[in-house]
Amino acid sequence: MSTAQQQLTLSEPDRKNAGSTDGLLSDDLLACIGRTSAPRTEIASRREIRKYSIATGWKKKEYLDGDEAPPLFHLALFWDMVELDKLTPDGVSIDELLPKFPLEKAMAGGLSIDYFRPIMAEDVLVATRTLTNIYEKSGSQGPIIFYEVIMRVETAAGELVLTEKTTRLLR
Amino acid sequence: MNTSKITDLKPGDTLPGRAYAPDNVQNFMYSAALWNAHRIHFDMPYATEVEGYPGIVMSGPMLGDWLTQCVIEWLDGAGQMTQLEYSNRKAAYIGETVTSGGRVLSVDHDTGSARLEIFIKNEAGDVIVPGTAVVAFNKA
Repeated sequence: MSTAQQQLTLSEPDRKNAGSTDGLLSDDLLACIGRTSAPRTEIASRREIRKYSIATGWKKKEYLDGDEAPPLFHLALFWDMVELDKLTPDGVSIDELLPKFPLEKAMAGGLSIDYFRPIMAEDVLVATRTLTNIYEKSGSQGPIIFYEVIMRVETAAGELVLTEKTTRLLR
Repeated sequence: MNTSKITDLKPGDTLPGRAYAPDNVQNFMYSAALWNAHRIHFDMPYATEVEGYPGIVMSGPMLGDWLTQCVIEWLDGAGQMTQLEYSNRKAAYIGETVTSGGRVLSVDHDTGSARLEIFIKNEAGDVIVPGTAVVAFNKA
């Protein structure tokens, strides 16, 4: 089993968290844990790398020239791209991997990434996302729902590039 | 390329940071590079009147990117970042200047790696994006 595959298994503390404290999380909602998206393939074009590197203010020549991608370039490459009528009024696309949660105000969360190889210009990359956990905690201003999504990025040849765990909060 | 960086490295050593004062143009370019249409990043009336923010919100992952710049610029080709963790704890707004920085938490000379604490602070000095990174140094 690869490191990335191991990461798709919930840790023991996560399992303990994977339950409702205030009853917001129904069994149907928790049953969504394990959902996986269809693999998405994108080309890390030199132009897209350059756009990202310039916008973020990088100074490293290899990034600005688009030869190699900065560490968080995959966020841009695999940002959801939907048609206009699929955007909510606030300009956000609906993540079809996620169920409808009883809380909807999204708060910024965190990222945890393991890197295995850099992304180079013109790499063909395949990303697969899995909803790996949903849990609830009590916050000072009421309940907070957490969910975790793991994205696995490989080359078209199957070489692991990175795994990323995103944790998001809903209030 | 600096391949001897780990030789004298010790916990507590600091990573030089940078100051960032993104304007609406940079914030727009970042959202455009991602294809992120979230209005809190470009629509002032929406951000302030509907969402209740005091201004245009800097993109959370853009702040995360600046953490990685702190690490990669400090490495200066002496190795690679193998792990990154961060969380966006507090928002920052266009018009503010934020700063990156970090320090060495531990050094493993056997594996040629180091664990780093990295951060983005706002003008008040609050850490708004705490993070950690692991770097692996090139073999000499």
